[in-house]
Amino acid sequence: MRERKPQAEKYLQSKRSNHMKARLILFSVLVTGLLLTAVFAHWLCPYDPNQQNLDMALQAPSLDHLLGTDRFGRDMLSRVIMGSRTSILSALVLVGIISVAGSMAGVVCGCCGKAADTVIMGIADICLAFPGLVLALAVAAVLGGGVHNAVLALAAVSWPKYARLARSQTLAVKHSDYMAAAQLAGDTRRQLIFRHILPNIAGQILVTAMLDVGTMMMEIAALSFLGLGAKAPTAEWGSMMSEGRSMLQTYPWVVLTPGIGIFLAVALFNLLGDAVRDYLDPKTIQREQEETVE
Amino acid sequence: MFLRTYLLKRLLLLIPMVLGITFLSFAMMRVAGSDAVLQQADAAGLALSQEVLEAQRAELGLDQPFLVQYGRWLGGFLTGDLGVSYVSGQDVFSTFVSKLPATLLLTGVSVLLTAAISIPLGILSAVRQNRFTDYLIRLCSFVGNSLPNFFVALLLMYLLSVRFSVFPVISQGIGWKSAALPALTLSIAMSAKYLRQVRAAVLNELGQEYVIGEKTRGIRFSATLWKSVLRSCLVTLVTLLALSVGSLLGGTAVVESIFMWDGVGKLAVDSINMRDYPMIQAYVVWMAVIYAAINLVTDILYRVLDPRIRLEGETP
Repeated sequence: MRERKPQAEKYLQSKRSNHMKARLILFSVLVTGLLLTAVFAHWLCPYDPNQQNLDMALQAPSLDHLLGTDRFGRDMLSRVIMGSRTSILSALVLVGIISVAGSMAGVVCGCCGKAADTVIMGIADICLAFPGLVLALAVAAVLGGGVHNAVLALAAVSWPKYARLARSQTLAVKHSDYMAAAQLAGDTRRQLIFRHILPNIAGQILVTAMLDVGTMMMEIAALSFLGLGAKAPTAEWGSMMSEGRSMLQTYPWVVLTPGIGIFLAVALFNLLGDAVRDYLDPKTIQREQEETVE
Repeated sequence: MFLRTYLLKRLLLLIPMVLGITFLSFAMMRVAGSDAVLQQADAAGLALSQEVLEAQRAELGLDQPFLVQYGRWLGGFLTGDLGVSYVSGQDVFSTFVSKLPATLLLTGVSVLLTAAISIPLGILSAVRQNRFTDYLIRLCSFVGNSLPNFFVALLLMYLLSVRFSVFPVISQGIGWKSAALPALTLSIAMSAKYLRQVRAAVLNELGQEYVIGEKTRGIRFSATLWKSVLRSCLVTLVTLLALSVGSLLGGTAVVESIFMWDGVGKLAVDSINMRDYPMIQAYVVWMAVIYAAINLVTDILYRVLDPRIRLEGETP
């Protein structure tokens, strides 16, 4: 490769980082918009999402009902907006739970002796031994339906990923010079964890969590689609699609509109996740993410 | 020599793994309060007195301590006896085994299809890095990654069955034509992920110094690509493909029940809806065991096929 002049290198770098910053800001704004929609869903709905009106059942999209109506005459646009609340907020809660709980477990494994490490990692390995949705299906079957239970089921299955990540990061940080210095300066274990380890591993965990929101949204929707998540009449994208799937042939909008809702939300969160990853650490994290196998 | 110790170690590690898997599955279904006696009485529409219930529980061993019950159940698991279904009254294990080939066929076709889609596209994307083709392929992969598989299933059904009636809407038996749509659904989701990994692996290899070396010696790029780069990537690609089978096995549950494909995934979803706990238990345990076996074989293959790793592991 030809050596670039330092100035040209600097210019290119600043151009690249500006580009990354712009991307980060753009997607943050869009995701914030999505979150606001989810939080203030009940004010944004043009109609009551659960109001049945059988005279208006299965209307095609029109000016009155922009996305048409379902078989009970409920306005699809209102239901899709209302569904964003269930789907997005529950995915965020889920990712919050698994990233915090998983990283705590991982940090404990890395810092607090061999016994804790063996036990926690043993449990994590067993959870990871079940393929994808299989264990979540079983846990959901045991707990019964409902969005809360779907979130719990997925949480029980997905925390080990964070535990492993936090553990390996903790072990990497633990043997650095500044940790030795902090120890020599008399920091207690709690101080070491909260002042030195957590701030250092938070970036990685944040990036993983951001990239996980979309996936988790799809998994919650999948459980709901199978009847193990949201119960009628709650508007949730997965269960709305499941309700409408027999009408795919005749009234496709009943199925397609919530589907497009999921797609857009997942895509936005994925884009933001990618932007955060590239911004925080353009080289190393990307390589690791691409090489880790799901 | 070293390979043999490694194999032995992996096989021994499998024992605590299987114990953990079985224990977790057993404990979960116990927590669910699946009292076999009550369930069977309910299914038969009988209201039995407390004494009769107690007597039947004692007969089934349900009055014994938890660990004893687990031990007995584990014994049954090892001999292929996982009890009878609450709903159909048939042997759970033989029902599971009878549905397994359909799922394995579906998984196999999906894996082949995934390889056929993502390996050429991934290589193309890497070779044309940061050009239009690369952006287009990455865009497709991104879209595929953001679509839940049940939505892909419904979209394919809408486009290929309803609009253009290329394929049957609902599978008619286990055949190639019925397998096409479910397999395509599964492989779209899987290709989206796998394609990125192929691209990363090929790019990594293209960045090696020998590529420049061959270029300076005037070797055509296509020769370098086919003879050196892809050859050294091959093992990685095969391994990554095998490892992604796990998410595929879980995904079959959703896709099978949409397309009415009569495999274990649909069986599991149906059993969950009917609270048929022994059936769910059998599904969970056996899927985990199959997954563990696939991982083990992959690991071993990786070691056997790739001399570099073998050397690294063997030098003391």
